[in-house]
Amino acid sequence: MNTTEITNMNTILELTVANHPGVMSHVMGLFARRAFNVDSIVCMPLPGNAGLSRIWLRVQEDRRLDQMIRQIEKLIDVSEVKRHGPGHEVFTAIAPYFE
Amino acid sequence: MQSYTGADIIITLLERQGIKTIAGIPGGANLPIYDALARNGRIRHVLARHEQGAGFIAQGMTRVSGEVQVCFATSGPGATNILTAIADARLDSIPIVCITGQVPSSLIGTDAFQEVDTYGLSIPITKHNFLVRNIAELFTVIPEAFRIAASGRPGPVLIDIPKDVQQARMEVHSWPDPGTPDKPIAPERTPLIEAAAMINASRRPILYIGGGIIASGASKALLEVCEKSSIPVTPTLMGLDAIPSDHPLNIGMLGMHAARYTNHALHACDLLIAVGSRFDDRATGRVEAFCPTARIIHVDIDPSEIDKIKPSSIGITGDARLVLEAWIPEIRKTDRSEWITEIDELRKRYPLELPGADDPMSSYGVIRHTAALLPDDAIITTDVGQHQMKVAQAYPFSTPRTWLTSGGLGTMGFGFPTAIGAALQAPDRPVVCFSGDGSFLMNIQELATLAEENLNVKVILLDNQSLGLVHQQQDLFYGSRFIAVNYPRKVDFAAIAKGFGVDALSLGEAEDPSEALAGAIQRPGPCLIHVPIDVYDKVFPMVPPGGCNTDMLTHTN
Repeated sequence: MNTTEITNMNTILELTVANHPGVMSHVMGLFARRAFNVDSIVCMPLPGNAGLSRIWLRVQEDRRLDQMIRQIEKLIDVSEVKRHGPGHEVFTAIAPYFE
Repeated sequence: MQSYTGADIIITLLERQGIKTIAGIPGGANLPIYDALARNGRIRHVLARHEQGAGFIAQGMTRVSGEVQVCFATSGPGATNILTAIADARLDSIPIVCITGQVPSSLIGTDAFQEVDTYGLSIPITKHNFLVRNIAELFTVIPEAFRIAASGRPGPVLIDIPKDVQQARMEVHSWPDPGTPDKPIAPERTPLIEAAAMINASRRPILYIGGGIIASGASKALLEVCEKSSIPVTPTLMGLDAIPSDHPLNIGMLGMHAARYTNHALHACDLLIAVGSRFDDRATGRVEAFCPTARIIHVDIDPSEIDKIKPSSIGITGDARLVLEAWIPEIRKTDRSEWITEIDELRKRYPLELPGADDPMSSYGVIRHTAALLPDDAIITTDVGQHQMKVAQAYPFSTPRTWLTSGGLGTMGFGFPTAIGAALQAPDRPVVCFSGDGSFLMNIQELATLAEENLNVKVILLDNQSLGLVHQQQDLFYGSRFIAVNYPRKVDFAAIAKGFGVDALSLGEAEDPSEALAGAIQRPGPCLIHVPIDVYDKVFPMVPPGGCNTDMLTHTN
């Protein structure tokens, strides 16, 4: 992790995942094994559906990202991956807590 | 309504999956499962002598049958020992289910006796893994493990089960359906038709096929496509048994140890049709120099393989058999006589050379002599190294699922326990494991398992008292500075085999090696056949690691 400012080089990923211990390890392990830096993480269970959580990740946009996303989509515990632009409010809204 | 223990539920669910044989080793943390196995009495258990052996025995059963098979290990060292066989299955997309015992839930995380984080360790080397948290989860986890292992791109699944879950009891109202593979992924129509048009318009196409053809049972469809459109076919190491070696359109394995004409033909092709193959570095050599003038059609069941190594003009995600079958009516019948003639010229100029093929005391010779003694459906396994590449070059394969080798992980020690698994699955067919002395020593303890099961497995041990392929590389690329590569102290492998109760002979001591080999192969039951070979007997051609596939070292340069 580092404290990189939000730049145009970032991509925000929104993952819908099964909610059980180990899922975070599966997802983050994929990034770690490929030396792919994830600089921000937010994760909470989805309301009303005990079985699902959402993970928000801020990652560097580089040429390996498409391959990374395909690998994430293969994880059994990941049901959906969405890609957002760098300015998504999920991280700007919590930024005050990191001052 | 009946009350069952977790262990009983595990065994019952495995039985309902159709599992008839399980390889494994018991220990403290999986004893309840073994006790349930004893009380069930209908599943055969094969006691391996090392958990890695058990993993490869399961792989052998799976690779021959195409069906998911199971291995057991206990917690801690049992689990760490079996991981190599699991990683091997992952790299070659082999569907097995490994069930490990774990310390009781209440002790997890306390550094309990024989505790290791099996779940964490197995994440990167399995297709998926589970840590079972309560007895009720078994009803979903076990069928789901079988479904995941066999669906899409197959792969290994590990289930870690704490001992208290095995010992818990619950009443069972009904049993879940066995887990079955999802329907194969049907390809999208548009890229399929575009690809067929590209094939029809190409002048110099080559089909580059891999283990996906075997996994999807696509050999027949492959033959129809290549014959109708007269497309030369190059199999990878994993696809060698997908097309008969004597088929006129088979131009042999590509890559690091290919015949030179094969790599030259690929260099000249204008369209590369990759089906169920993944542009492994041992196949492509330096990627930028691989098929430099070709457009690429890439068919794979795994979308993350497409464009991973080399960008394709058309990528098709789908089951290899379904894609090939859909192409049959779409491709034009042509004879491509110019292209075929060009390849024939290359073949004459740069043929496959197998020096010593007539001499049963040479490495190529013993492979060819053995092949001549075996039926087409004989199962061949190898370990890893020079002998593996020589079998790949010289053995005349003709039938899918007769060739079992460690392709992706390159695991020395793979061949022998895998041969035992193959023989358990196909007891009526001969099984031959070609091995080297370096590899064989890595799972030699399974001689005890073989003797006990009395299976028709022959081990042909090519002994150069060295780690041959390392020796070759030190000789060629490290100024012949040999280090940590020779085994100067001669080992009496025949005596060792006999010590375990396995028949053995050394061709080096036979008056007539040909006759001795024939006698040993034809005698039913296990046998080790020792063949001394020269450490300088290299495997050629060879592309230096990182080099371009057309720059090959040969016997003469």
